[in-house]
Amino acid sequence: MREISSKEITDKVKSLCMNAACNLTEDVEGSLRDALKKEASPLGREVLGQIVENFEIARNEGLPMCQDTGIAVFFVEVGWDVHVDGSLEDAVNEGVRQGYGEGYLRKSVCHALKRKNTGDNTPSIIHTEIVEGEKIRIRFAAKGAGSENMSALKMLKPAEGVEGVKKFVVDTVRGAGGNPCPPIVVGVGIGGSFEKSAILSKKALLRPVGEKNPDPEVSAIEEDILQKVNRLGIGPMGFGGTVTALAVHVEVFPCHIASLPVAVNIQCHADRHREVII
Amino acid sequence: MTAPVRITPPLTDADVLRLKTGDKVLITGVIYTVRDAAHKRLIELLDKGEGLPFDPKGQIIYYVGPTPERPGQVIGSAGPTTSGRMDAYTPRLLALGLKGTIGKGIRGKDVADAMIKHKAVYLAAVGGAAALLARTIKKAEIIAYEDLGPEAIRRLEVVDFPAIVAIDAHGRDIFTEGIEKYRGAS
Repeated sequence: MREISSKEITDKVKSLCMNAACNLTEDVEGSLRDALKKEASPLGREVLGQIVENFEIARNEGLPMCQDTGIAVFFVEVGWDVHVDGSLEDAVNEGVRQGYGEGYLRKSVCHALKRKNTGDNTPSIIHTEIVEGEKIRIRFAAKGAGSENMSALKMLKPAEGVEGVKKFVVDTVRGAGGNPCPPIVVGVGIGGSFEKSAILSKKALLRPVGEKNPDPEVSAIEEDILQKVNRLGIGPMGFGGTVTALAVHVEVFPCHIASLPVAVNIQCHADRHREVII
Repeated sequence: MTAPVRITPPLTDADVLRLKTGDKVLITGVIYTVRDAAHKRLIELLDKGEGLPFDPKGQIIYYVGPTPERPGQVIGSAGPTTSGRMDAYTPRLLALGLKGTIGKGIRGKDVADAMIKHKAVYLAAVGGAAALLARTIKKAEIIAYEDLGPEAIRRLEVVDFPAIVAIDAHGRDIFTEGIEKYRGAS
């Protein structure tokens, strides 16, 4: 049994939050630079030029690239041979509190109905999974609301099949238009149950941008949806153009014989995801 | 891309009418930040027949909730938020002479119609370009609702703040025109 201190978890989470807000990962940066080369619309290129300049300023000056520094979402894989000296949830939330405070990040979490800000960006959203081993892997996404609000879930009829799934994803992106700050990344969860499909769609977004699903049948679906989405004409910020999405990531899970749940989670171009292994 | 149009509030009807959808503009001068919670309070004041913390006549409202400023910074990162959430409130303010709004994303028909009626313009800034846009903000001062934190109303002084005319006072909308132009293209 390996002992991991809750303080270490807090410290790691704090740096994840602060680092993600100001530094895009290489996969996202590379994909945005490619988009700038590919975009057909002059106005779209102007927008992408500002996006690239912005993430460079953010990185060089240590500033948040977007004022919406998000609600903190975590996928935590805890090895079954690990013991934490306290509450994992408290340790993660304390890291968020410290990271958003010391990093001068925006506190965007409030009571759902009273709308009163909690003041420290907690509670965060924590999905925990018990896995083999003696490590803890913490995957973090700073999820802004502009793109999150454009996400959708639908329980399809099994008869609608893969074409129905593709149509729902494309319709969701079309309906979102310029609101989620395109170019976007589209996370799709197919199957499972109502909530499982939503979790899969969020987890799909944590893959490095453009990394294909290892199953060739699924990666073909990703490629087809990406082409369809980019022919919608939405373009950067919805001003019209040929790069609406940087990537489509699909995850599939078995489901009930009578169900076909599909969840679409949309991610803006400020795709802030980071991970750490303790 | 054509050369940018320079504008400075307060804007007149003539200033607004010469702006066309797709024009690039650079704003220099004073603009006000108002987003969800502050809009709600402004409308409540109007319902009670009370005055607003600033006179919207000729002015531009920027939909933004910045990050906290670090010591020595004028303002934190400050990019546009989704404008559609403010649609329910905007026509009331346009009727009071508000000439421009800055945000991101599409707007409803009620807002576009009110913009034609009251001669106003909707400008879109690049969502997420918050560090870049903050550089154009030279002064920031909270003038109302400090308790709302990022949602407080701020008076900003900007120099060459970049935006695109998204919906003009003639009813043209870049989101429909641009998308139609590139639909089916790759």
